[in-house]
Amino acid sequence: MITLTLVEQPVVPLEAEVLCPDVMASLSHEAIRALPVCLGKRQRRLDDFFRVEGEASDELEIRGDAAKIKWIGRAMTRGRIVVNGNAGMHLGAYMRGGAIEVSGNASDWVGAEMSGGLIRVRGNVGGQTGAAYRGSVSGMRDGTILVGRDAGLEVGMRMKRGTIVVSGRARDFAGLQMKGGTIILGRGAELRTGAWMVRGTIISLHPIPLLPTFAYACAYLPAFVRLYARHLGTLGFTLPCDEVSGVYARYTGDAAVPGKGEILVWNPRGN
Amino acid sequence: MATERNGVRIVDTFAEAFDMRAARVIITAATPAWARTAAQSMAGFATSVIGCKVEAGIEAELLPGETSDGRPGVSVLLFAFNAEGLASRLVDRVGQTVLTCPTTACFDGLPDASERVTVGGVLRHFGDRLQSSKFLDGRRFWRIPVMEGEFLVEEAFGVQDAIGGGNFLILGSDPGAVLAAAEAAVEAMRKVRGAILPFPGGIVRSGSKVGAKRYKNMVASTNEAYCPTVRGRVGVASALPDGVNSALEIVVDGLDRPAIERALGVGIKAACRPGVIEISAGNYGGRLGKHHFGLHELLQG
Repeated sequence: MITLTLVEQPVVPLEAEVLCPDVMASLSHEAIRALPVCLGKRQRRLDDFFRVEGEASDELEIRGDAAKIKWIGRAMTRGRIVVNGNAGMHLGAYMRGGAIEVSGNASDWVGAEMSGGLIRVRGNVGGQTGAAYRGSVSGMRDGTILVGRDAGLEVGMRMKRGTIVVSGRARDFAGLQMKGGTIILGRGAELRTGAWMVRGTIISLHPIPLLPTFAYACAYLPAFVRLYARHLGTLGFTLPCDEVSGVYARYTGDAAVPGKGEILVWNPRGN
Repeated sequence: MATERNGVRIVDTFAEAFDMRAARVIITAATPAWARTAAQSMAGFATSVIGCKVEAGIEAELLPGETSDGRPGVSVLLFAFNAEGLASRLVDRVGQTVLTCPTTACFDGLPDASERVTVGGVLRHFGDRLQSSKFLDGRRFWRIPVMEGEFLVEEAFGVQDAIGGGNFLILGSDPGAVLAAAEAAVEAMRKVRGAILPFPGGIVRSGSKVGAKRYKNMVASTNEAYCPTVRGRVGVASALPDGVNSALEIVVDGLDRPAIERALGVGIKAACRPGVIEISAGNYGGRLGKHHFGLHELLQG
């Protein structure tokens, strides 16, 4: 285990893509301390900001408010990062494997264009979680992102595969131009959910405003939801899949594209 | 030299079995009864590769906690000579007996197998481009719209090396006693995971030999050495001991050698009952298959 304690808060966001198990796994204590980070246009040493303990491990623990630390776990393929506090933008972007756990909040672009692994943020996340970068064709390609509370704009924008779970509420344009994969919204979303989605599934456990370009299909319990319920149950998220408790209303769209996507809205029995 | 168990003579011989390829299909449904219905349909007319191109049987009933979707299920094992043949049979059978059956879903039961054959990826065409897929945890599942709702089937199924044709023969004086012994053996053998008994009720009354002596185009024909009605006829070398008026065979296919050993072992022990004179086994002098199961060794296990 390598422990990095933030001892000097950067005045502007610090670009620290070296905070990655793949980079540190084979490095000595001294080499880790000397890793380069970018403060604005200036290159600095990692130990200018962090007190480093341990060496040569693919398990990292980051202590302190890292809300201004960008690119933690960028393109990681293995190992584990635990952030005890907040995390900055681009957490786990391009990630391919391993796990990241954040006890606080994370900023925009969590898991952007990731293709594997697990990111769990206990607090809120910013916009563009699991999304495609501007100009990029596809967002998240696989893996799982779990958000403990609320999410910002454009969750899963252009995502192709993978699963995003927002236990709280998402802001506008969740699933914008979605191409595949699954987004689960524990407490619904604001406006224009699924706009221009081509494929994929958005599941809302709370009533949401729907675009007029989504057509009602039926009320049922999709068989695949049971698979997700079982999978997510192991990660601590409960997805209802019991016919006694309720059914999902299925809406297909976005007909403006036209798309083959779906929005499933949980409808508990008795409502 | 023969040994005895409960007064039943166990011949010092071996069962001869051969290489096969196997797949395990997990069928789940809203109730155990519907899962069983689909499984029984899937395993129907799959007694012998000679005439059915596949051998299949129900391996076990599964609790909700044992299946991918948390519903009650049944696992079915299918055996064929090669992966290509198995793939064709899987597509046929899942398509005709599971897709059509209310409330069912169908999953691969050998997820760790390195060789995979496409099943859901073929059946998806039934959806006429209205189908969709989900990719979860490295596995792709197809959602095919059907009148009831959706049929969920896994894209690919694992195929692994297996063994087919493990067997033993129950010989007795009274047909009723022989059948009762065979039924007792089947009951014990069906509790063994990784093995199935593909014949009706797990029992074969028409054991066969390779080819025929009198018809050139026959792949298999009756094993007259164990047919009591032709004992004494010219040209028939009967293998039946004195006093034997009926013989039944139990055939077992398994995912590996230990599964077949366990199944044969418990089956033979259960079949040693009053009215049974001898337990023997079918073999072709070692020419048919490389897997030999000595009856005496099985009893020691």
